[in-house]
Amino acid sequence: MTEFPILTMLVLVPAIGSLLVAAISKRQPDLVKIIALLTSVLTGAMALWVLFAFKSEDADFQFVSNHSWIDQWGISWHLGVDGISLFLVVLTGVLFPLVIAGVDPHHDHKRYLSWMLMLEAGVMGSFISLDLFLFFVFFEIVLVPMYFLIGGWGYDNRVYAATKFFLFTMVGSAFMLVGIIATAVLAKAGENGAVTFDLIKIAENADFASSTGRWLFFAFAIAFAVKVPLFPLHTWLPDAHTQAPTGGSVILAGVLLKMGTYGLLRFGVYLFPEAAVWARPLFLTLATIGIIWGAIAATMQTDLKRLVAYSSVAHLGFIVLGTFALTTTAITGSVFQNVAHGLSTGALFLMVGMIYERRHTREIAKLKGLQKVAPVFAGVFMVIMLASIGVPGLNGFVGEFMVLIGSFATARWWVVVAAMGVILAALYMLWAYQRVFHGEPDDDNKTFAELKWKEGVLLLPFVALIVFSGVFPKPILNRIQPSVDKLIEHVEANSDWQQPQPADPVVVEPEAHDATEEGEG
Amino acid sequence: MGALFAAATLQGPKIDWFGISPLLVLLGGAMVLLVVGALTPAWPKRMYALYTAGVAVAAGVMHVLLWHRIDDKGTATLVSDALSLDKTGVWLGLTICVAVFLVAFLTDDYLRREGLDGLELYVLYMLSALGGLVMVAANDLVVLFLGLEILSIALYVMAASHRKRIKSQESGLKYFVLGGFSSAFFLYGIALVYGGAGSTNFTKIVAEFDTTIQNTGNDALVLAGIALLLVGLAFKVAAVPFHFWSPDVYEGAPTPVTAFMASAGKAAAFGAMLRVLEALPQWSADYRPIVWTLGVLTLVGGAVMAVVQRNVKRMLAFSSISHAGFILVGVEAAVHFDGANLDSDGVSSVLVYLLVYAVLVMGTFGVVTAVGRTGDAATGLDGFRGLAKQKPMLALGMTVLLLAQAGVPLTSGFVAKFGVITAAVEVRSYAIAIIAMVSAVIAAFLYLRIMISMWIAEPEAGDDAREPVRVPLLLGVAIALSVSFTLVVGFFPDVLLTIAP
Repeated sequence: MTEFPILTMLVLVPAIGSLLVAAISKRQPDLVKIIALLTSVLTGAMALWVLFAFKSEDADFQFVSNHSWIDQWGISWHLGVDGISLFLVVLTGVLFPLVIAGVDPHHDHKRYLSWMLMLEAGVMGSFISLDLFLFFVFFEIVLVPMYFLIGGWGYDNRVYAATKFFLFTMVGSAFMLVGIIATAVLAKAGENGAVTFDLIKIAENADFASSTGRWLFFAFAIAFAVKVPLFPLHTWLPDAHTQAPTGGSVILAGVLLKMGTYGLLRFGVYLFPEAAVWARPLFLTLATIGIIWGAIAATMQTDLKRLVAYSSVAHLGFIVLGTFALTTTAITGSVFQNVAHGLSTGALFLMVGMIYERRHTREIAKLKGLQKVAPVFAGVFMVIMLASIGVPGLNGFVGEFMVLIGSFATARWWVVVAAMGVILAALYMLWAYQRVFHGEPDDDNKTFAELKWKEGVLLLPFVALIVFSGVFPKPILNRIQPSVDKLIEHVEANSDWQQPQPADPVVVEPEAHDATEEGEG
Repeated sequence: MGALFAAATLQGPKIDWFGISPLLVLLGGAMVLLVVGALTPAWPKRMYALYTAGVAVAAGVMHVLLWHRIDDKGTATLVSDALSLDKTGVWLGLTICVAVFLVAFLTDDYLRREGLDGLELYVLYMLSALGGLVMVAANDLVVLFLGLEILSIALYVMAASHRKRIKSQESGLKYFVLGGFSSAFFLYGIALVYGGAGSTNFTKIVAEFDTTIQNTGNDALVLAGIALLLVGLAFKVAAVPFHFWSPDVYEGAPTPVTAFMASAGKAAAFGAMLRVLEALPQWSADYRPIVWTLGVLTLVGGAVMAVVQRNVKRMLAFSSISHAGFILVGVEAAVHFDGANLDSDGVSSVLVYLLVYAVLVMGTFGVVTAVGRTGDAATGLDGFRGLAKQKPMLALGMTVLLLAQAGVPLTSGFVAKFGVITAAVEVRSYAIAIIAMVSAVIAAFLYLRIMISMWIAEPEAGDDAREPVRVPLLLGVAIALSVSFTLVVGFFPDVLLTIAP
């Protein structure tokens, strides 16, 4: 293979960085930080290079690298990126250096950074692996660094939260592992009926009986539903978020949860289209309950971080709703929303972390009038919060709007209920903002420090990306959509599902894009 | 004159000396150490351990040579059908040799630290391994029983060998009484099978079925015999509900001995189980549900009971029970017969699991040996508190080993679990596969607790006053070897899978 194995490097560079950091002496804290930063920046740069070299009209997997790994079981090191995973890779590449540079863990930097980089390698790997076994390896290995990050650098109740996180996710994985093995063994999709774990071979060649496919689908779906998390499996999330250190929370919300929504698309819908169509009502219902439940629960929270955590449950409900609406617009919106939510919620967690650094509390009741003493801080918080609510012009709007529009034709009544979630989001977010930032600051809050320039630099990329992708989402959507189209075609070919042809003029933009694509083809 | 002549022509069995060479090496090694050691003054530091490791390596080399011979000439039976020479036996024999090699390194400094210097333990390791080798190669129930007794009696003595700890003696006695009980079950099972099938030889039992039992349709004796044999074997592998001895014995026995029991003892007992079940293919439909039930009870019981423990050695005892459950999943897959042969994927998954687990558990108990400190008593969770600060490398190694036991990918433990689950899925035993994976999650909690204690737990008053943890050379080497094996197999499973029979 003459081509530079860029995807392999995306995994290897942070992994090697992690080992290097672990190997360096504790007495050289600066060297540790420099190496950690360099490797994560290098990974980020490579992710951006992938973004720019990505052929936007190509719906297939690109930069594919395929080497045999465990011959005996038909397992290969098979990596590739398409429109669905591209922006998750980029998001991962961008978030990690920001978190590593901008968030101070306060103690044991060396171990913290080492775990962080290993986490990055794991997350990257899960987004680009095209082999079921390989995916499972990365999906599962992510638990270990995250467990140690929450347990080692979190807040008071961290051991409980870390253990809960580990065990919840592992229960899901237990089912998925059996599902993966059963899929490979039953499909025997390799050459001459050999067992293979290759995602594409199984998805294109295997022909499961519909009842078998449904069982297998559920084995996978449980793992992803825990990870997303989907109601009622979400209870680990508020604990993990609240107790995790700021850096951990940002990564958890920004990319880790996306492994669930991404998995549902890639290993649920793509691998078992018939079962996914069959299970639609269940997932749409759970997603809608999650949207409403997350919003109501967020309204009730007294802890700012917990509030953001519950808002995540609601936002991810939208992503799942769009996924199982099974229309081009809805799924494209979902994939976009993955990134949008990663940016806005990641930034919210950063700012909540900054508030905690200053005041050593996250209790909403103890914060008051911050706008008076720190207007810039309040302004930035406002922008990010509005993006999270989904105000037009910011990226949250694009994703949620496309999900709702796209789902309307195929999941009408669910959309009607889910749309109320948007209103509730405005309610809990604005109410929280009002309590924290408005009014006259009392004595405790009078000394609240204004945004420091270092914090500003850290938040700038977030705000810039939020605004940019909110105002001009087209380049992103153009890259997502061909792969989504292909996915829908795959579903239509392998089940009795037919995507209703949209007559709605609102969806003009994707149509126009289709036209240009046809013109080129 | 005539009588003398007759005696001279009495034909003994033809003995294939090469085929039984590993047994001879271990026996010779033990005897030489016993005799020479008794006649010479105490050997210099580390020499006993290095000698034992050398004998284990020699026996291991003989196994490798035998492996190649099987490749060339095929399987055979030895000493007039008493032993069989096949890859299953050789693999497990090698596993036991690996265990002896590592345990010798674990024991060296331990004995000096505890003031128990001497060579008895090393001799017992070799003899006990000899018994294990006989068990995994046996082709006759009586020979198997002899192996079982050689292994067990040595283990009883080893368990009680810490003369200064009353718990060690209690554990030896407990093990002896319960072990004798199970041997009785096993022996009675042999008698019943003999009564029903007319022979104790595995080859002949199969033949007898075709000629007699099938015609008369009367196999009640054999069935009862199989049940008793299974009880005896389930006791040896510590399957629930025959596990009650194991936590007490594991806790009380000297830590290196515990490691030996969990690795070599388990490998030998599972080897024997495979042998016995393989010899009775016609009854597989009768005993497969028993194996299934034992497997499920062991998986769930081991994992659930592990959660409430406070002592790391007891925790690892229950974890070892839960691992036995996993191996039973593989055995259950194996006894889905393919003609007269065990399901080959099932067997090879069991073999890989046993080797992987033997190395894993050696490393884990190696760390426990170091953390146990003088007196071998600091094996509570508290003993591990702050280990990451004091001995970061040791804590890191232990973390790798524990993650491997929990079955986290890129470790050998995951490869082993993946193997048995694949074998189970291939024969469509989905239920037990899912139960196994879910119980692995419960068991993971226990490994997390040890990790929390090492890495996260806040130091408490008096921690600094504790005796510092020392990692002597040979112990360190053993742990390092075990950790490296764990990672190499985790990253490149093919190194093991391509050679597994």
